[in-house]
Amino acid sequence: MGVTFYRIPKKNCNFAAKFIFYINMDHVVKIKKGLDIQLEGAPALEISNATESQLYAIIPDDFTDLTPKVDVKPGDKVLAGSPVMHDKTLTDVVVTSPVSGEVVAVERGERRKVMKITIRPDAKQEFVEFGKAEPDTMQASDLKALLLKSGTFAFIKQRPYDIIANPDTTPRDIFVTAFDSAPLAPDYAFVLKDEMTYLETGLKALSKLTPGKVYVGVSKRSPVPVKHGEVVVFDGPHPAGNVGVQINHIAPINKGEIVWTINALDLVFIGRLLEKGHVDFSRLVAVTGSEVTKPHYVRTCAGASIASITQGLIKPADYERRYISGNVLTGVNAGADGYLGAKQAQVTVIPEGNNCNEFMGWASLNPHKYSMSHSYFSWLLGKKRRYAIDARVRGGERAIIMSDEYDRVFPMDIYPEYLIKAILAFDIDKMENLGIYEVAPEDFALCEFVDTSKLELQKIVRNGLDRLMKEMN
Amino acid sequence: MKALKNYIDKIKPHFEPGGKLSMFQSVFEGFESFLFVPNTTSRSGVHIHDSIDSKRTMTVVIVALLPALLFGMYNVGYQHYLAIGELAQTSFWSVFLFGFLAVLPKIVVSYVVGLGIEFTAAQLRHHEIQEGFLVSGMLIPMIVPVDTPLWMIAVATAFAVIFAKEVFGGTGMNIFNIALVTRAFLFFAYPSKMSGDEVFVRTGDTFGLGAGQLVEGFSGATPLGQAATHAGGGALQLTDILGNPLSLHDMFFGFIPGSIGETSTLAILIGAVILLATGIASWRVMLSVFAGGIVMSLICNWFANPGIYPAAQLSPITQICLGGFAFAAVFMATDPVTGARTNTGKYIFGFLVGVLAILIRVFNSGYPEGAMLAVLLMNAFAPLIDYFVVEANIRHRLKRAKNLTK
Repeated sequence: MGVTFYRIPKKNCNFAAKFIFYINMDHVVKIKKGLDIQLEGAPALEISNATESQLYAIIPDDFTDLTPKVDVKPGDKVLAGSPVMHDKTLTDVVVTSPVSGEVVAVERGERRKVMKITIRPDAKQEFVEFGKAEPDTMQASDLKALLLKSGTFAFIKQRPYDIIANPDTTPRDIFVTAFDSAPLAPDYAFVLKDEMTYLETGLKALSKLTPGKVYVGVSKRSPVPVKHGEVVVFDGPHPAGNVGVQINHIAPINKGEIVWTINALDLVFIGRLLEKGHVDFSRLVAVTGSEVTKPHYVRTCAGASIASITQGLIKPADYERRYISGNVLTGVNAGADGYLGAKQAQVTVIPEGNNCNEFMGWASLNPHKYSMSHSYFSWLLGKKRRYAIDARVRGGERAIIMSDEYDRVFPMDIYPEYLIKAILAFDIDKMENLGIYEVAPEDFALCEFVDTSKLELQKIVRNGLDRLMKEMN
Repeated sequence: MKALKNYIDKIKPHFEPGGKLSMFQSVFEGFESFLFVPNTTSRSGVHIHDSIDSKRTMTVVIVALLPALLFGMYNVGYQHYLAIGELAQTSFWSVFLFGFLAVLPKIVVSYVVGLGIEFTAAQLRHHEIQEGFLVSGMLIPMIVPVDTPLWMIAVATAFAVIFAKEVFGGTGMNIFNIALVTRAFLFFAYPSKMSGDEVFVRTGDTFGLGAGQLVEGFSGATPLGQAATHAGGGALQLTDILGNPLSLHDMFFGFIPGSIGETSTLAILIGAVILLATGIASWRVMLSVFAGGIVMSLICNWFANPGIYPAAQLSPITQICLGGFAFAAVFMATDPVTGARTNTGKYIFGFLVGVLAILIRVFNSGYPEGAMLAVLLMNAFAPLIDYFVVEANIRHRLKRAKNLTK
C-alpha cells in the first residue's frame, strides 16, 4: 500500500500506557470503543458529474464562531476566490466565493443573522489569480497571508473550542484527519486518488505554520498513502476518524495549548491554491442514504445546491425525506432546497419518519429495529446487516439514567458523562479538569445516538464551549 | 390501530393547555406515548437515534423480574399448604392461585400509590411521566413478607416515592434505591410486622381460599432467622417450616419461607441472564456483589465462632442462596441511578455490597438479613467511590499538563 509507518516519538507518549503498547506493537493505534452504524445506502466507488447548480451558497454557520461581516451586496460581480465576507474580530479571516458570478441575495434570519449568501454562477468561470507558490521556500507569514486572502485558511479549525483558527496564534501541532469513519462516509483513499500531489503540497504548507508536528491520521482499513507529516494509523470503529479522538491518542491538548485541525479533503483546497495559483473548491461528494437509488460519488463544488447533487438519484416516495449536508451524526438538515456545506463531502438522504405511528414500539420484538444495546433483537441478525433508520427520536427526553452508555462509544481518556454534567452545571474548573479543551461536539455524536435518555448532547457541548470561550476571553 | 390513533388525535386538544382537561395533560401524554411511539423527529445534533428508550429499558427489567415473581407466587401457596399439611392433595394450579391472590393486592397497591404520586408530580412540574416507578412498583411487593398489611405498603411506598425520589427531582435524580427505601421504612417503622416468625408464611386463608389448621410443630422462621436466633453453639441445622432439614437444593430452587420474590436463586438467575444478555444491567456490579459475598463468607467460615455468631458457619453457597442476597445482587445493586456509575467504581461498589451484606447478616443478629442495608449504605457511598475514580483521571490530566511546562 505504500504507507509509511512512523513510530510516535517518545516525548509525546505521556498518555495512557496501553496506547503506547498498541503503537509500539505494530505502529497502529487500535480504537476499541465506538460503533459502526450499518446504514443502507453506502456509496459505490463510481463517479458521475452533478448537474449544474442554479445557485451556490456560502453559509456562515459552516465556519463555527465566525461573526460574518458581509463584503458584497446583491448585484455585485464576484470571481472564484473573491471575498464575500470576513470575521468581525479576526478581520483577516475571509470566506471567498467558490464560483464566479453575480451575488443574488444576502439572506438574513432572526435578529438579522446572516443565513446565507447566494451566488448565480457565470457560464464561464473566472478566478482571482493569487500566483503559484512553493511552500518550501516561502516565509511562514507570506504563506499565512496567502491562505487568508484566498479564503482557504477558513477551513482550518482550532482546539480548544472547535472554532475557526485564529491566524494570530501559533499552534502546538496541526492534526489532519485523512479518513472519515462516520456512517456511509466517503472513502478518502478513493476520493483523494487523483489529488495526492495537492494533499502533499498542503501538508508541506501546514508544516510551515507550526513549530510542532503535522500529524496525519490514516485508517488501517483504507489508508491514504501520504508521505509528508507524521503518519499515525488508526484501526477501529467510528469515531476513530474524528480528529479529536486522534489528538487524544497521539498528543492530548493541555490547558493553555492550541492545536489546529483540518480535514484532508479541505487541505486539498490549500494544495490546489498553491499548485494552481487560484482557488478550486470542486470536490467529490458521496451521495448516500437509504432514500438514494444509486449511492455513489458525484463531482460538484462546495456550496452547490443539494438539488443539483441529488437530481435523479432519489427514490420516488409519498413520504417526507430528510436531506442532510454531511453524515447522519453531525451533518446539517439542509432540506431538499438547501446547499452543500463548505466543509461537507457527503449528502445523506433518509426518511423523515414523521408519518410513522408505531403502536407500543417499546414492546417490539421486530429484529429490524436497530439498537446498539441488546434490548432489541437486531443484534441477532449479525453485524453485517444494514438498516434504514429514519429521523425519529424514538423516545422522550429523560435525566441520565443508564451508566456506561456514553463510555462505550467514547474512545478518549475522558469521562463523558461527568464532563456533560459539568457543562450543564457550567462549573468551569470541573470542565477544565475533565477535559473540555480536548473535545468537540462531534465527539459526542455517537453518545447522542445511543443515549437512552435522548439528550441533545452535541448542542449541550457546543453551548458549553461557546459560554466557556466567552468567560475565558 | 388507525382508529385508536385517530381517536387519540381527536381528544388530544382537550388535554392541551386551555383545554377543559388540561390538568391531566401529563397523564394523557403518558398514555399516548405508551400506546404510540412519538413521531417527533430530531431537531438538533444527530439525525438518527437508537431504538432504545427508557420505556424499553424498564420493560426489560420487568420481564427479568417475572420469573422470580411467578415463582414467588407459587412459593407463597406452597408454604401455606405445607403449613396446613395439605400440600400433597392440592393441585399445582390451586397452590399457584393461592399465592397469586395473596400477592396481587400488594402489586396493585404499590402501583396505584406510587404511580398516583408520580402522575401528580409530573403534572405539577409539567413534565412527561417518567417510567422509573414501573420497576420500583414491581420490586416493592417482591421484597416484603407475604403477611405485610396493605396499608403499610401504601404508607411506605408513598413515603419512599415522595421523600426518596420526588424531592430529589424524580427518576434519575434519587440517591437511594426507591424499593429499598420502602423496605427500610417498613422494617424500621413496623419491625414486628417485617421480621420474626409470623409474617413470612401465610397461615390464614386468602379470600376464603386454603383455610385449614396448622400442622403440629410448625415454625414460620426463615432459614436466616433460624441462624440468627440459633443459640448455644453446636452445629447449625436449617429446617423448613415443619422442622425437616433443608437441602441446598431447596434453598437454590427457593422452597423456603422468605420475602415474596427473593427465595428462588434459580428464578433470580434467569432474570440475571435476561438483564445481562440485553446489556441493561452491569455485569461488573453483579459479579462483584457475588464475589464480595463469597469472600466475606469464606472469611466468616475461617473465623467461625458458632457460640456467638452461628451464621458464620454457613458456606458461601448457602449464604448466596438464602435471604435477599441474590435478589439484591441482580436487581438492587445494579440500579444504575443509585449505584456507582464509573466502571472501576462498579467493581468496588459491588464488592463492598457483597461484603457488607454478609457482614451484617453474620455479626449483627438483630438484623438476620443484611442485603437491604448493605445496598442502601453503598448507595450513599457510590458518589464518593465515583469521585475518587474520576479524580484519578483529573490528576492524570493535571500531571500531563505539568510535565509539559517543565
